[in-house]
Amino acid sequence: MIEILAVLGFPLSGAAVLAALGHHRIAPKVNVAASLATFLAAAALTARVVSEGPLLVLDRQFFVDPFNVFLVALTAFIGFTTSLFSQPYMRIEEEHKRLSSARLRLYHSMFQLFSFTMLLALLTNNMGILWVAMEAATLTTVLLVSLYRSPASLEAAWKYFILCGVGIAQALFGTILLYFAAEKLLGAGGGALLWTELDGVKGQLGPTVLSLAFVFLLVGYGTKVGLVPLHNWLPDAHAEGPTPVSAVLSGLLLNVALYAVVRCKVLVEGALQTAFANNLMMGFGLLSVVVASLLLSRQKDIKRLFAYSSIEHMGIITFAFGMGGMVANFAGLLHMTVHSLTKSAIFFTVGHATQKTGTQVMDDIRGLITISPLVGWGLAIGSLAILGMPPFGVFASEFLVLTTAMREAPWATPFLLGALGLAFAAVFSKVQPMVFGETTARRLPMRPSMLPVFAHLGLVLMLGLWIPPFLADWYRQAARLIG
Amino acid sequence: MESLPLYAQLINLLASVLLLLAFAMLAQRRVVTLIDLFAAQGLALACSTAIVAYATAQPHLYFSTAITLVLKVAILPWLLHRLVQRLDVKWDVEGLINVPTTMIVGLVLVIFSFNLAVPISQLANTVTRATLGIAMATVMLSFLMMITRRKAIPQVIGFLSMENGLFFAATSATYGMPMVVELGIALDVLVGMLILGVFFFQIREQFDSLDLKHMEKLKEGEAE
Repeated sequence: MIEILAVLGFPLSGAAVLAALGHHRIAPKVNVAASLATFLAAAALTARVVSEGPLLVLDRQFFVDPFNVFLVALTAFIGFTTSLFSQPYMRIEEEHKRLSSARLRLYHSMFQLFSFTMLLALLTNNMGILWVAMEAATLTTVLLVSLYRSPASLEAAWKYFILCGVGIAQALFGTILLYFAAEKLLGAGGGALLWTELDGVKGQLGPTVLSLAFVFLLVGYGTKVGLVPLHNWLPDAHAEGPTPVSAVLSGLLLNVALYAVVRCKVLVEGALQTAFANNLMMGFGLLSVVVASLLLSRQKDIKRLFAYSSIEHMGIITFAFGMGGMVANFAGLLHMTVHSLTKSAIFFTVGHATQKTGTQVMDDIRGLITISPLVGWGLAIGSLAILGMPPFGVFASEFLVLTTAMREAPWATPFLLGALGLAFAAVFSKVQPMVFGETTARRLPMRPSMLPVFAHLGLVLMLGLWIPPFLADWYRQAARLIG
Repeated sequence: MESLPLYAQLINLLASVLLLLAFAMLAQRRVVTLIDLFAAQGLALACSTAIVAYATAQPHLYFSTAITLVLKVAILPWLLHRLVQRLDVKWDVEGLINVPTTMIVGLVLVIFSFNLAVPISQLANTVTRATLGIAMATVMLSFLMMITRRKAIPQVIGFLSMENGLFFAATSATYGMPMVVELGIALDVLVGMLILGVFFFQIREQFDSLDLKHMEKLKEGEAE
């Protein structure tokens, strides 16, 4: 219990301290320290859950099982590495006069508050609080996306706010319907929205109401996952916000939203005893993969390119969870991990690359390998990893998804394979000249902070070659939990 | 057919007022009137919540009534009025909407929502189950309003009115959500509104207008 309070307390107090501190030389350090403390607390929580099994504490309001503790650890880890990356990145942005000190204060404080809302969404047992935390995450990220206050960033933030606001309102309606179905069995009051209670009676929940509720919940939280056709906000928000924000949006927020969908799916599946929820998720997932891969080749902006790639990967994960079963769930969880790690690493390198070249337009970025070898290699390796080249972890999870799809849903395999091929062609042909092309730019003296990038890519490589037994065991437990 | 008890009739009456107000907002072009309509909708919502609270002796619903009154009848309309004054868009009218067509689309949406609500209403054992269809219709109409408007403030009012509809759905189907959730939702709405208030100024500063038609630079696939 103390661990849960610590995991939530560090980012929340970090946000308060950073807001009070204002922009100060040590603000980025405080940001890193708070993120590190959160990560350590999350690690302690993980150790506890792994050794003692699921926790249900504080009047049943918080619930930790292998499924969410793995996401808590991942979220806290990427939050920490992103705070490391954002130190030099934001310093350079400030030197280039793109951000004033008031903005930086907002940035640091909101970064911590955003971590807090995501961890709260993951840890809470109450479906209502889950909704509140998701909405709060939207609000904090709206402020982060609009940080530059340029016309484009305001437009992106507005679109993000309105689309996700409408989406999340649908999810609220779904939550109301869920409560409506549960209240008859569990009685009015707080108990009827607790996931553990709902899970206990899921077989008796009214199927009509729950299928309607799931449609609303999937559309609602699916908007935040970025599922096609609800994805419109995602590329804009990724492209116009500061790069550390793009990294946490792609690496963390999408995962947390998908987590909410999967939690709902478990309940609905138990109530309906049909493949309704599975089919919906498979449909949305496959559509996202196909549409995103078609749109990849049309992108001109490097951050938009990788934003579409995130839509594609979230589609793959949604599809995997939609198929259900041990292997597909295992693959989905593994893909969540490796996609988060790889995509945030890519955004870190993209951040350095755009700062060095001063543009996000891919045609103007050339010869990164001569400008800064580390950044060039980082982008090249990261792109290969995200495209599913062996021996990286993305290959392992995509391979598992594909082989399961051949057995469970053979009709979908050609679409998946075609989309993956298209994505490969589109991204590779764009990244290759950016990394190896001819350039006249001179080599820049400032050293990029590449430690987070190679730490992430190293982990992804390791997961592709060898999954540590405790981790595999943990994935298996989580996969069993979500059916 | 036996007649309904008085409180149920009152709730039905207020529900129809809510729906009527949703239609009025759909057709209203002037920003200032729109804010007043939104406040009236909040008032109708608060009254119906209070009646449900009285009729069913659910003490926590009195709290929701209080939250609704403070937030949706007082604070939010006041904030919006202040914004309109400070932004000097008091006399703004929405030129582009085609009222008759929107009304017809709205009618279709209402019929659709009523049909959608029938199977759920039958399962409900609350006194207010007949109003679930209206709640859903209010949500749909607010959604339509957000789609048809091209100016920032009416879009936000549509968003808030959608929240009203959802809240009404929660009271009519289940006698309200647990307290802690309702408080969280209210907090989110309030903070969201404050952020949007700041946004309006930024948008005006950057685009010289609150017209969202200027915001069409970021397009799918970006050809230019």
